[in-house]
Amino acid sequence: MSVVSGAWTWLTTGANWSGEGGAWHRLGEHVYVSGVALVLACAIALPVALWLGHIGKGGALAVNISNAGRAVPVFAVLALFMLTPLRSAGYVPTIIALVLFAVPPLLTNAYVGMREVDRAVVEAARGMGMSGGQVFLRVELPLAYPLLMTGLRSAAVQVVATATIASMVGQGGLGRIITAGFNTYNTPQVVAGALLAALLALVVEGLLVAADRLLSPLRRTVPSSG
Amino acid sequence: MSTGWAGTERAAGSCLAANDWICGEYIRSRSQELTEATVQHVWITVASVLIGVAVAFPLALLARARPRFAGPVLGLTTLLYTIPSLAMFSLLLPFFGLSAALVVTGLVLYSLTILVRNIMAGLEAVPAEAREAARGMGYGPARLLWEVELPLALPALMAGIRIATVSTIALTTVGALVGKGGLGNLIDDGVQTTFKAQVLTASVLCVLLAAVADLLLLGVQRLLTPWTRVRTAEVKVR
Repeated sequence: MSVVSGAWTWLTTGANWSGEGGAWHRLGEHVYVSGVALVLACAIALPVALWLGHIGKGGALAVNISNAGRAVPVFAVLALFMLTPLRSAGYVPTIIALVLFAVPPLLTNAYVGMREVDRAVVEAARGMGMSGGQVFLRVELPLAYPLLMTGLRSAAVQVVATATIASMVGQGGLGRIITAGFNTYNTPQVVAGALLAALLALVVEGLLVAADRLLSPLRRTVPSSG
Repeated sequence: MSTGWAGTERAAGSCLAANDWICGEYIRSRSQELTEATVQHVWITVASVLIGVAVAFPLALLARARPRFAGPVLGLTTLLYTIPSLAMFSLLLPFFGLSAALVVTGLVLYSLTILVRNIMAGLEAVPAEAREAARGMGYGPARLLWEVELPLALPALMAGIRIATVSTIALTTVGALVGKGGLGNLIDDGVQTTFKAQVLTASVLCVLLAAVADLLLLGVQRLLTPWTRVRTAEVKVR
């Protein structure tokens, strides 16, 4: 109980939120590296996955990348980067590591989403005279959307979690509150930092679930038909 | 001869002095440390996955028997999976202190998501005819589960165990936070002392461990489900 009240005291102490090592600064770092990495990962993975899914090739690639992404420890990749000249490049090593771990879920889910579109529907669209581009934009993409969003959500969760681990190799983000607490044997601070990191992950997941519902291309047709 | 030996010795020793990425001398001189870290890594992983299966199984059965529990069970395990590993381990600190139990508990909570889902999917995929036939032959619920449903759900269950094991091996490294991360401890130590050979060797061992575990489990799955092998062989012959 004393740890819980200690963590609460830490969280409600204004001094812990301000300044260079304060929680606001750490939160800003966390959101910044996560956001940049997620955008970069989408820019890399989605065009490749959607193109491969559209032409129906590269299934083995999508599966193998996903398996490899699971087997490689995030901590190891971050540690390896910190022993290269990248270590003096600010947020760059963290962002590269985050992108590497965000690509597999995006790639695999988008690819599977495209491949699971009913072939009969695609054939029907072609029979109606749709071009390859039209089939992609108006048939395959809307039908692949749910899995696309699933991929985006797991990538975002992965990115936020990975950004936390970056603190173990001395990089910024909310994890730094945790590691700093460990270094000074300050358990309330460790728990407070952990609560913030967990809360951020849950908020990101919640926002993406909400965005998924709002943006779903299939949702719009429901009210008009009813 | 002796000069040649001394020459290789100097060359081997210099890869440590030069802080090279790949260094045979490191592996030779620290083999005991590497073995101990690998052993810790393996037992933490094995304990986590075994406990994970032991917890996930009743949860999956509960969710199946009482459908109103299915939503909360899946929701809770998904929620746990969303929490960053570093935060999860830190939140367990007040309960377990700096111990391996903390790491194992965190890893068990993570493995639940994938295990519960796969066990439920496996049990759902059991053909209704198989279940009906067994009931008709007078099988009770326990015998039905153990002798009919479980073997038929085994491929999905094993797929879940393989994914959980591979992810757990990777995540165990984060246990270095409390000094119980197996090979992660060596990575942590190596990054603080900028010891390249140690970080690379421990990282490669982690990935190798995951690959070996995956292949071993695939072998176990083949042994436990000989009928699936027969079926694929028949397909190939045709």
